[in-house]
Amino acid sequence: MRELRIHGRGGQGSVTAAELIAYAAFEGGVFSQAFPAFGVERRGAPVQAFVRFSDEKIRLRSQVYEPDYIIVQDPTLIGDVDVFNGMTAGGIAIINTEKPDFDALVPEGVKIYAVDATTIALEELGVPITNTTLMGAFAAATGEIKLDALEHALRRRFSGSMADKNVRAAERAYNLVGGAV
Amino acid sequence: MLEFMEGSHAVAEIVKRCRPQVISAYPITPQTHIVEDLAQMVANCEIDAEYITVESEFSALSACLGASAAGSRVYSATTSQGLALMFEVCFNAAGMRQPIVMTIANRSLGAPLSIWNDQQDSISLRDSGWLQFYAQDNQETVDLHMIAYKVCEDHDILLPAFVCFDGFILSHTYEPVSLPMQEEADAYLPAFNPYQRLDAAAPLSFGMYATPEYYTEFRYEINQAQYRAKEAFVRAGREFGEQFGRDYSGLVEGYRLDDADIALVAMGSICGTAKDAIDEMRAAGRKVGLLNIRVFRPFPGPEIADALKGVSKVAVLDKNISLGSGGAVGTEVKAALQGSGISVYDYIIALGGRDVRKRDIAAVVDLAEKGEGDMFYGLRTEVL
Repeated sequence: MRELRIHGRGGQGSVTAAELIAYAAFEGGVFSQAFPAFGVERRGAPVQAFVRFSDEKIRLRSQVYEPDYIIVQDPTLIGDVDVFNGMTAGGIAIINTEKPDFDALVPEGVKIYAVDATTIALEELGVPITNTTLMGAFAAATGEIKLDALEHALRRRFSGSMADKNVRAAERAYNLVGGAV
Repeated sequence: MLEFMEGSHAVAEIVKRCRPQVISAYPITPQTHIVEDLAQMVANCEIDAEYITVESEFSALSACLGASAAGSRVYSATTSQGLALMFEVCFNAAGMRQPIVMTIANRSLGAPLSIWNDQQDSISLRDSGWLQFYAQDNQETVDLHMIAYKVCEDHDILLPAFVCFDGFILSHTYEPVSLPMQEEADAYLPAFNPYQRLDAAAPLSFGMYATPEYYTEFRYEINQAQYRAKEAFVRAGREFGEQFGRDYSGLVEGYRLDDADIALVAMGSICGTAKDAIDEMRAAGRKVGLLNIRVFRPFPGPEIADALKGVSKVAVLDKNISLGSGGAVGTEVKAALQGSGISVYDYIIALGGRDVRKRDIAAVVDLAEKGEGDMFYGLRTEVL
């Protein structure tokens, strides 16, 4: 079983990201599970959401403490929240940042993919909502979900030009990270 | 076919397939997406049901009670303080023998205010006469709704039921579930055939007062119906398994109990985490198993005693506390095992949404092994 922890702030769509990643994984033929860290939902407050991937039915219900993967939607969380907590060598972190300046905090052996998702989201969507962009980066960095399954998940959630824009944002990040893998 | 969806949505989908004729619920916090989804389905004419909007949970269940007495299959959902506000109506629904099915997305009760999961809400109504079924995952949640209608509407039973699934932990989790086709659901659950109903042409009264010469006998009859519900559940669960391939013929479900020395006893989603923890403990050579109590009312005392007869120690995980006494499940398991020689230890755990990890399950087993129990697990003494 592999586990993903998504860090974001209320309003950034972390829970939606977890749901859509898990849906795309399910479409790809594995068992998946997505759920939020249940809290008092406030815009701007640090939030977490979780995804599990497994070849067998998932029974575990605890939160994710030793993630194989993390996604960090907002670099200002690093420092406030120990986003790398529980990560070990071989882990993969996808971080939305234009200035990766947190090397000292990264556990040994954790691979960092720094993606300027805010710029991509602003250019493609016109708003700094980075969740769909980072899903594309996650797909390329981890291989847990296929790009076409992700597109399907996005088109299931969004319609019309909103779907096209989110797919384009995800594809851009996918290609950007895909070149680096 | 498996579909990927949120637990609450899966409940709305199965309720739709159970064809309720009247739905009433109060959609303010604490609630889930269940009644939102159902309201939308009714508005879209996907369900041929009356959706009665009301001003409180008390009224929601009252509307269901009246509609049920008039001969309709009815449905409601609630949780936490919402269920607390239904307290009086719950006793009336059971006393009037109305087969209402209500989903409880289990959550803690205030004060202090907590929106998070435990099982205090439904457990606090254990004496109300409602049948209580607890789901381990969202597939079981879905399946137990169909079984619940079948058991409740059986003319030998005629009692209401809670289908309990852990709030947030299951209600807000997306995972794969298999939903029946409408024809399959209809084949399992035929149209509601009321035993008796309000009818101006043949007047009846429900909820009359009973003098001391009769009250005890009414209570006896309800209690007898509860006990008969054991067999009705086993039968409905077996039929479900024959049709859908998932068997629910057990009031309890054992996991790796055959040669177990220590058995955990639990209800609801914590069983999933416990099973993973047990696999790890087994791999390390420890003889640990689990008994999942699927049906808490009627309480399967003899079935529990039978399932646990080979173990020497039992650790009960109670996501509730009967204040001034102990965990409700632990208390009843102790009664069921009285005279067996088995040591039973109770652990109050996971109250108000405190997360439970595999290592917590292992820690409880360690405590039971040392003979330390009847305690709050993981108590943060530094904040007392």
